[in-house]
Amino acid sequence: MVIFIYDKTFDGLLTAVFDAYSYKKFPDILLGEGETLPLFYDESFTVTTDSERSERVWKGLQKKLSVPALSQLTTCWLSELPEIDLLLFRYIRKTIDAPRSIELNFGDPDVLELSKVFKQVKNERLRVIQFLRFQKAADGTYFAALKPLYNVLSLVIPYLQDRFADQKWLLYDLKREYGYYYDLTTVTEVHFEQKEGHLLTGFLDESIMDQDEKLFQQLWQTYFKTIAIKERLNPKLHRQNLPARFWKYLTEKRG
Amino acid sequence: MDESVLNKLKILAESAKYDVSCASSGTSRSHKKGQIGSAEGWGICHSFAEDGRCISLLKIMLTNNCIYDCAYCINRRSNDLPRATFSVTELVNLTIEFYRRNYIEGLFLSSGVVRNPDYTMERLVRVVKDLRQVYKFNGYIHMKSIPGASQELVNEAGLYADRMSVNIEIPNEQSLQLLAPEKDFQSVFTPMRFIQQGMLQSAEDRKKYRHAPRFVPAGQSTQMIVGATPDKDKDILHLTSALYKRPSMKRVYYSGFVPVNAYDHRLPALKQPPLIRENRLYQADWLLRFYNFKVDEIVDDSYPDLDLEIDPKLAWALRHPEAFPIDVNRADYEMLLRVPGLGVKSAKMIVTARRYSRLGTAQLKQIGVVLKKAQYFITCHELPTKTVNELKPENVRRILTQRTNRKIDDGQLIIPFDFIN
Repeated sequence: MVIFIYDKTFDGLLTAVFDAYSYKKFPDILLGEGETLPLFYDESFTVTTDSERSERVWKGLQKKLSVPALSQLTTCWLSELPEIDLLLFRYIRKTIDAPRSIELNFGDPDVLELSKVFKQVKNERLRVIQFLRFQKAADGTYFAALKPLYNVLSLVIPYLQDRFADQKWLLYDLKREYGYYYDLTTVTEVHFEQKEGHLLTGFLDESIMDQDEKLFQQLWQTYFKTIAIKERLNPKLHRQNLPARFWKYLTEKRG
Repeated sequence: MDESVLNKLKILAESAKYDVSCASSGTSRSHKKGQIGSAEGWGICHSFAEDGRCISLLKIMLTNNCIYDCAYCINRRSNDLPRATFSVTELVNLTIEFYRRNYIEGLFLSSGVVRNPDYTMERLVRVVKDLRQVYKFNGYIHMKSIPGASQELVNEAGLYADRMSVNIEIPNEQSLQLLAPEKDFQSVFTPMRFIQQGMLQSAEDRKKYRHAPRFVPAGQSTQMIVGATPDKDKDILHLTSALYKRPSMKRVYYSGFVPVNAYDHRLPALKQPPLIRENRLYQADWLLRFYNFKVDEIVDDSYPDLDLEIDPKLAWALRHPEAFPIDVNRADYEMLLRVPGLGVKSAKMIVTARRYSRLGTAQLKQIGVVLKKAQYFITCHELPTKTVNELKPENVRRILTQRTNRKIDDGQLIIPFDFIN
C-alpha cells in the first residue's frame, strides 16, 4: 500500500499527480499532513506543493478535457467529501492515460461517481442562490448567512455580482466561518476574529437593522402565507422543495 | 412604506394567487454594470409556498376592483370582499426592496379592470416603465395584457416586460360565454395577436438594426381552468397544440378549478380541485413540447380524456405495443423518448453512454435510468426479458397500477389479539 501525504489543497493534489508520475508510484491512500498513518503500509511519500508542477499538470489536463469537465474537477473539490481527493486523483490519472477524453464515459465508475458529486455540489450552489435572504443593516450593507453542506460560497459570487451590483453585501458561511464582502467595486474574502451576534446566529440584531427592515420582513412573511392556496395544501411537496435544513435561515419560515 | 401597505399586500396577493404562471426564464435581459437585477439564464425559485408551488415572482395585482363579473373569478364584481389598490410608487418600491433581499426574481403584474381596459393597462405600463427607467431594474417582469386594451399600449408594455400573457381560462367559446357573458374568444385572441405582431416586428427590426429594442423576449403564455366546464381533455389539448404552433406562445398553464364562488350554480361543486387531471394535462403538454408527440396520438375521439391512473406516454405505449420493444443500443433518440419512464435526460445519457460500450440493465441502472416502467418496453444486449408483447398490455397496466401494500416489518413481534376475545 502506497501512501501520499500532502497539504490538502487542490494545488497539492495536482503536485501529487506530478510526483506520482515521476516516481512511477501511485497512491492507494491520500492523507493530509498530521493525519494518523494506518497500522502498516509499504511506502509513504510526502508531497511538497509546488505551483510550477501543479500548473504543468493543469496544462496537461487542459489539453485533454473540455472546459466544463475542468470546472467539474474544481467544483467537486469544493464538496470537501472525505474521499474526494482520491477520486479526483483516479479521474485525473485515467484522463492522462486515456488516448481521448473520458469525461462522457459514464460506464466508468469513477467518471460516474464524480458526475454524481458534481451534481450534488451544483445543487447545493443552487439552493444557496435560492434560499439566501439578505437583511439590510443600518449602514446599508445587506447581510446573509447560512450553513451550506458543501463549500459553495465562491460559486455563488458571480450570481450576486450580477444582480446586486449597486448594493453592499456580505455573504457569510456560518459553518466554515468566512464570507465574501462586496463594497460596490470588488468582492473580497473576509474572516472575522471577533464574532458578533449576527455572525453566530445569522440574524441581525434589531439595534443594527435598517429602520424599514422589520417591515419588509413582515411584508414578505405575510405574502408567503397569503400566496398559498388553502385547498391545495401539500406539506410533503413543500418539504421536498424547501428542505427543512434551510428553514432556520429563511425569513418567511420564521414568521 | 408603512403598515397600510401590509394590508394591501395581503388583499392583493390573495386575489392574485390563482394565476399559475411562475416561470422566470427564457429572456435575454442580462445584468448591466452598476444596476440592479438580471434575468439571464434559467429562472430561480426563491421559495415554495405551503401548497408546494414555487414563488419566483412577486405575484400581485395592482387592484382587485373589477368591472367584469366572470363566474370563475374570485375578484368578480358581485363578490363581497375587501378591495384595495396599490399606488404605482408603492408597488415599485415593494418590488425593488423584495428583490434586493433576494426574495424574488421579479414581478408578475396583473390587475382587475377598472373604468376601462385602456385606463387599467396604462397604469400597469406605468409600473413597469418606472421599474425599468427610473430604478434601472433588470429583473424579470411578467405582465398581463388587459383584454380590450389598445395596440399602442401593448406595444409600449412589450418594450419593458419580459413576458406578457392573456388568459384563455375556458377552452371552449360556448362555455366561456356562459360563465363570462361579457367576454368572448375575440377579446382574448386580439391581445394575443397584438403581442405576437409586436414580437415578429421586433425580430424583423433586429435583423436590420442590431440595437433595435427587443419586444417581450420571453414570449407569451396563457392559462386554462380545468374542471370548471364539461370540456374534455381533447378540447383542451387541441387548443394547446394549436397555440404552440404560434411562434410566440411559450407556455400554456393549466389550473385545477378551485371553487372560489361556491354559490354560483353555473359551476360544478367540487370537493377538491382536480389535481390529478391537472397533472396529466401537464404531462401531455410536455409530450407535445419536448417529446415530439402529436396531439392526436395523446387524445382522440375514442380516448377523449386522459387516463387518470397512468401517465399519457404509458397510455400511448400500451395502445401501441407494436412499436415495442426498443433496443436501447440501437434505437434513435426520438424512439427512446417514446419509451415510458425514459425522459429527455435519460435518453440523452443513453445516447452518450452507448458510444463507449454496449449497455445492459446494470449500466442503465448505473447511469440513473429508472427501469420500473421502461423494463417492459426495451431490450438491451442481455437475454430477452418479458416485454409488453409477451405480457400483453392489460397485464403491464395491472402490474404498474397495483398499489404496493405497506411492507410488513418481519422483525416486529406480532401478538395475535384474537385469543383475548
